[in-house]
Order: sequence, then C-alpha cells, then structure tokens
Amino acid sequence: MKPAPFEYHAPERVADAAVLLNQFGDEAKVLAGGQSLVPIMALRLARFEHVVDLNRVDELRGIERTNGTVRIGAMTRQADIERDPTVADAVPLLAKATPFIGHFQIRNRGTIGGSLAHADPAAEYPAVAVALDAEFEVTNPGGTRAVPADEFFVSTFMTALDTDDVLSAVRFPVWNGRRGFAVEEVARRFGDFALTGAVCGVELGDDDKVARSAIGMFGMGSTPLRATEAEAAMAGISVTGLDLEEVGRAAAAQTDPPDDIHASAAYRRSVGAVVVARALRRAIEEARNG
Amino acid sequence: MADAVPVVMTVNGQSRKAQVEARKTLADFLREDCGLTGTHLGCEHGVCGACTVLVDGDAVRACLLFAVQAEGAAVTTIEGLTPGDGTLSPVQEAFREAHGLQCGFCTPGFVVSVTAFLRDHPNPTDDEIREGLSGNLCRCTGYQGIVNAVRLAAGENLTPASTIV
Repeated sequence: MKPAPFEYHAPERVADAAVLLNQFGDEAKVLAGGQSLVPIMALRLARFEHVVDLNRVDELRGIERTNGTVRIGAMTRQADIERDPTVADAVPLLAKATPFIGHFQIRNRGTIGGSLAHADPAAEYPAVAVALDAEFEVTNPGGTRAVPADEFFVSTFMTALDTDDVLSAVRFPVWNGRRGFAVEEVARRFGDFALTGAVCGVELGDDDKVARSAIGMFGMGSTPLRATEAEAAMAGISVTGLDLEEVGRAAAAQTDPPDDIHASAAYRRSVGAVVVARALRRAIEEARNG
Repeated sequence: MADAVPVVMTVNGQSRKAQVEARKTLADFLREDCGLTGTHLGCEHGVCGACTVLVDGDAVRACLLFAVQAEGAAVTTIEGLTPGDGTLSPVQEAFREAHGLQCGFCTPGFVVSVTAFLRDHPNPTDDEIREGLSGNLCRCTGYQGIVNAVRLAAGENLTPASTIV
C-alpha cells in the first residue's frame, strides 16, 4: 500500500458529499475517476485525512440535451462521452477531444468532472470547455451556482472551487449551422499529456464568411487559453482569404508558455502556432463540406 | 491508522469478503487477500498497465482503484480468463504462437487489455490495434510480436464476449 492512510466516505447524494466536504474542510479531497488523484496519492505528493468518493452518486452521471445546451454530469466517464451519439452530434469538439485522453483503460474510469476540476493546463477537456464557453454547475451546502469556464480555471491545478464545492455538471452550448471542429496536439508519445495543442471551432455563413470561431489552446500557459484576438481578426472574413498560419502565429503570440525539460517556451510558441493553423484548417474544411 | 473497512465483491465468479484498509488498492487486494498473483504491479501509478483487470467488464488499472471502490463489482483477473483445465485462453494462445512475450511480466495486463479490446473491436485495423495496445508497456518484445498476436487472435475471431466472466 503506497498512499497514506485516510478515512473513506462514499456518499450517494451530491448534497451529502458537499456536507462532508464542508465538515472536513481542507483535510478532505474529492475522488472522481482517480486517474490523476490516485497516482498523486501513491507517490505521496499529497495526503488527505478524508477521501470523499463520488462514484456512488448516481445523480452526477448522465448526458442530456435541452434548449441548445448539452448538460453532462460531472461523474460521466470519458469512455461514455466518447461513444455517446448526443455528444457526437451536439458537441462534436468534446467527442473529438476524448480519444486524446490517456488510453482506453484510463477513459473507462476517468470522468469529465475530474478532468476539469484537476485543471491540468495540458489537458484536453479544460481547453474544450474554455473554447466553447461552457458553464460549470458547482454545488455546496448552500446550493448550486453557475461558473463560466473562463472564471473556473485560476492557475495550474487551481480552480474557482472552494473546499466545500462539488463540481456537479458542465453545460456546453450547441453550435448549429455550417460548423466544423478539430483537435490537434503534439505529444512525445501517444496518450501523453500534450506539449501543446489546440481545439478549434468555426461556423460559416452561407457566403463562407466566418460567423463564429473558437480557438482554445492547451499546454501554453498555467490555464487553458482562448485566443480572443485571433478570433476577432477572423470575424466576418471569407475563409478563402484567411491566412491561417498568420492566425496561428497571432494566437500563439498572445501566450507565455512554460519552459521545461520537454520543450522550451519558444518551441511551444512555434509549434502552438502550427497546431492552431492545422486545427482551423480542418475545422473550416468540415464546416464547408459538412 | 484508519480503521479497516468491510468489502464484498465477486472475483472470477467467486464471492470475496474482507476487511481492508481504505488505502489498499484493488491490485493489492487481489494479490494479497485473494492470492491472485497473476495481476502484476509494475509502476503502481497508472502508467504501465501490468495490473489491468476487468471491473464489470471494463478494462481498468487495478492500481488506480481502491478495493473499497469495487464494493459489489464483478472483477475478472487474468486467472479468470483462462479455461481452468490447464489450457490457454484464445488470446493467450495467440500470444504464445506469435511470440508476444519474453519475460512475461507485462503479459497478464496485455492479455486482459487485449481480451476487452477484441470484444469491443472484433475486426481491428492495425492502427486500432496499436492504439488499443498503447496503454500497456512491454520492455522486452519491441511490440511487434504483440501486435502480431492481436492480429492472430482477431483473425481467428477468438474472443467471444461469453468467455469473460
């Protein structure tokens, strides 16, 4: 046994989980799929007096589409999102990002809420949430509130969640019309966290002009990033006249990527520009042909 | 120290009951409490895949699940995939035939993963095979023999879901 001892709690209601978290404060940790948390515990990078396991909370699982939104319960497993027809149809970017997460054995346990709350800046789901302006449902003993994606991610592994908050669901807006989405990333090995990556969406008018675009970048800073200036520069422009390499460079120029043993900041910025351009090109192709 | 917690689960079709510390992983429970040492522990933090088992039919890392979390679940280990009469399972037979192992340490994890993979992808492409194998590490074979073993097992359509307990 490698993790430090802890007391185990397995509530069956989200309200009960929030009460436990409120009672134990920062001595407690929420356990979702465990694919990041358990390694951290096994390596003793962290230890907790109390572990609150959400795997018995059935009300945190499920995917439903209502009024232009797809709501996904926080404990919905990545493998279920990967093969869900509603997600594939209504939030294709999320479906396309899922196979990039770990390996199939990881996705069988890993959850969307766990990925988002863990807030690894090189992870795919946080970037998708930021790119699509997702909304997070956060429950604590006082009730449930909505947190927009761009306020949720605070820094590396840090979110707007307080010690007694449970991330209960995430809502993705549905894009209609002539839309296309693509994910591009560069990782040292298949299934690894990306050195850098981009998730992009494009919606075109009948005249092939950009009606809406979303550029999310990951591995490029302490949080997933949105290339708002590059998006603004594309607005209303005909796709035939777009210099996507230039858009990619503009997106990467807004970032201050980390320098580490895997890649320098300059390398990340250079490759980051390329993955944005590639993802946009594929998204535009899909929007025009779809 | 935290108190022991009772846990009941089905392992390879047999009911298992024990008192375990909450921090005990499913992998340690299988090896130490059930005596099922076919589930190997390599990295113990979710990277190598040697400890892969089926939980309610899904291939998962047994080192990233606490035993208490498997309360009420049906777990299948490498021991549960063999016919029990001393013969090999179809996937094991294919690994033997195609030289899909050398030292054999990683093999139980590969066999469990491949059994689940072929159930879900009965006619995989080579790309799908490689992607399906990417979550398991082997430090001897160079993987070519393992890829061949999966091709062989798939070609002979050797893995009906009914063989999974």
